[in-house]
Amino acid sequence: MRIVVLAKQVPDTKNVPENAMKEDGTLNRQALPAIFNPEDLNALEMALELKDRYGAYITVISMGPPNAKEVLKDSLYRGADKTVLISDRKLAGSDTLATSVALAGAIKHVEPNFDLIICGRQAIDGDTAQVGPQVAEKLNVPQITYTLSIEEVDSKEVICDREIENGVEKVKATLPVLLTVTKEANIPRPENVKMMMKYKKADIAPESKIKIDMLSLDDIGVDAKYVGLNGSPTKVKNIESVVIAKKETKDYSPDENGIKELFNDLMENHLVG
Amino acid sequence: MKSVLVYIETDNDKIRSVSLELLSKGNELKEKLNTELHAAIIGKDNDRFFKELFAFGADKVFSVKGDKYSPYRTIPHTRGMLEIIKKSDPQIILYGATNIGRDLAPRIASTLRCGLTADCTDLQIGDFEYMKKKWENLLYQIRPAWGGNIIATIVNPEMHPQMATVREGVMHLIEPDYSRKGEVVELTLDESPEDEKVKILDRILKEKTVDLKGADIIVAGGAGVGSKGNFQKLFDFAKLIKAEVGATRAAVDAGYIGKDHQIGQTGTVVKPKVYFAFGISGAVQHRVGMEQSGTIIAVNTDPEAPIFDIAHVRIVGDLNEVLPMMIKMYKELGK
Ligand SMILES: Cc1cc2nc3c(=O)[nH]c(=O)nc-3n(C[C@H](O)[C@H](O)[C@H](O)COP(=O)(O)OP(=O)(O)OC[C@H]3O[C@@H](n4cnc5c(N)ncnc54)[C@H](O)[C@@H]3O)c2cc1C
Ligand SMILES: Nc1ncnc2c1ncn2[C@@H]1O[C@H](COP(=O)(O)O)[C@@H](O)[C@H]1O
Repeated sequence: MRIVVLAKQVPDTKNVPENAMKEDGTLNRQALPAIFNPEDLNALEMALELKDRYGAYITVISMGPPNAKEVLKDSLYRGADKTVLISDRKLAGSDTLATSVALAGAIKHVEPNFDLIICGRQAIDGDTAQVGPQVAEKLNVPQITYTLSIEEVDSKEVICDREIENGVEKVKATLPVLLTVTKEANIPRPENVKMMMKYKKADIAPESKIKIDMLSLDDIGVDAKYVGLNGSPTKVKNIESVVIAKKETKDYSPDENGIKELFNDLMENHLVG
Repeated sequence: MKSVLVYIETDNDKIRSVSLELLSKGNELKEKLNTELHAAIIGKDNDRFFKELFAFGADKVFSVKGDKYSPYRTIPHTRGMLEIIKKSDPQIILYGATNIGRDLAPRIASTLRCGLTADCTDLQIGDFEYMKKKWENLLYQIRPAWGGNIIATIVNPEMHPQMATVREGVMHLIEPDYSRKGEVVELTLDESPEDEKVKILDRILKEKTVDLKGADIIVAGGAGVGSKGNFQKLFDFAKLIKAEVGATRAAVDAGYIGKDHQIGQTGTVVKPKVYFAFGISGAVQHRVGMEQSGTIIAVNTDPEAPIFDIAHVRIVGDLNEVLPMMIKMYKELGK
């Protein structure tokens, strides 16, 4: 089985340090530590479980600056077979549509005979959950979003459980197919010590003996006009830090008198009662 | 006169509330843009919903009907929607930011090569200037980003339609007018083997145990409540004053209460008449889900807690003392 995992390096928006907020209320991306997008670890784990069960060749692809190789190195430590970084200045400013063009192009170039593509449900920098379905459309394969578990896979089909608004749905899809995985799906395994020894020196070729391939747009045959700022339909008009309008506040004391007064006021205004 | 189009979701014989909220907002957009409001409905028994769609302001309803469209599957609905888009010719398309909307909208955006903004909390119409060019009457797609630390306004100047998914609960419902009439356009599609690439084998639906959206009063607790046992006191109080129980993510993550109760950016967005916040610090991700509440009553031991910045009623105190007092006082006064 040939599996592609799409993994992104993201700023850790869950732990925003004080110094990350700039004067103008925008965020200083550099001040945030870069991490493996959490749900992409769930995607990788799902691929590794399939590898354990059925045997599989796992290629992890990431698009980002050269630094994003850290995510790929981490993937090797956990059991991925091949890693590819798509990196090119012309990709700067790509929105989700442009990102999906580059990633779909990369998959066509690197692993055209894939059976499964596994993505995280969403990346925590944008929280959009759009790249997966857009890559699926570009490659003309069906998609299963919000995947919770894979029941079985054979050479033709996959059966999965997926989360729906008010429950769970079991679906069967013909291969090849793209899955997006939620954090409820599994608990990602830690790095494997043996693999860490083996791949300690893994780096972007040619600096190291391969293992992390870095490819440009030309390498994967994607036209620059479909990516970067030019290929991105959406533009950020402006951003604001979250400011809260101060409201009229009334104090009530935390004793029986205060609470009594509060309820009298609430009942008078028919808010409770 | 390019339309404003809303993708309609149905659930259990009902139109999902987010779809009605989007139609409500669509009325405002269509007035500003001086155009028509259209509804797209793809499913099995569409006809019984038409009246309500007109009542909420749809001028035209585009309907794609057939057994294979229910329950929702990505490819049949994508094909249906693309056909509707051809006929409706929209400048704006709105979807609920539900599991369905977030599955369908990006697939369509990719096909049409147009922009899509996820999880908007507000929509407005305005102008945009960029590199000496100017566009008028664009859709401002406003959403929290970076884990809720900033609010971004996104526009899509050129590659139209402009598409957005919108969170449930953020747009106000209008008063429906059941005397309104409109036009129904029925569309049929050719069969395609693509439609059957994914099959639904089974569905297990769970009953909703809380109705945060419909509640007039919410009693919410945070990490400060301290234990599952202590949350029971919130349930007791809620039962007494006919309220629903809400929670912060910290309380849910700590296992004090189920995820269905979570309020905020990754939970439900609510605006009850009264919101009690016990032991809640008031993190921005929580506030975006409750700050539109009518009267916010906060109880917190920390006088500096950010929740007090948006609270109407401030009680600096220990919830372990205040809550029992509230129960006692309510029982006395309620008599
Ligand atoms: C991407 C993202 C999405 C998120 N989405 C959500 C979301 O949807 N909803 C959400 O709620 N959070 C969300 N969060 C988490 C959010 O950032 C906060 O961590 C969370 O809201 C804090 O919950 P809390 O107020 O219960 O806990 P804390 O911040 O720990 O606050 C506890 C409060 O209780 C008070 N307290 C303690 N003991 C007592 C007592 N005995 N009596 C009275 N007061 C007491 C303390 O003074 C403190 O103010 C999200 C975070 C991220 C990064
Ligand atoms: N730059 C990227 N490189 C690799 N994978 C990505 C990239 N951006 C998005 N993805 C994949 O698409 C998923 C959804 O991302 P998003 O639409 O940004 O929320 C992520 O969880 C990744 O699996």
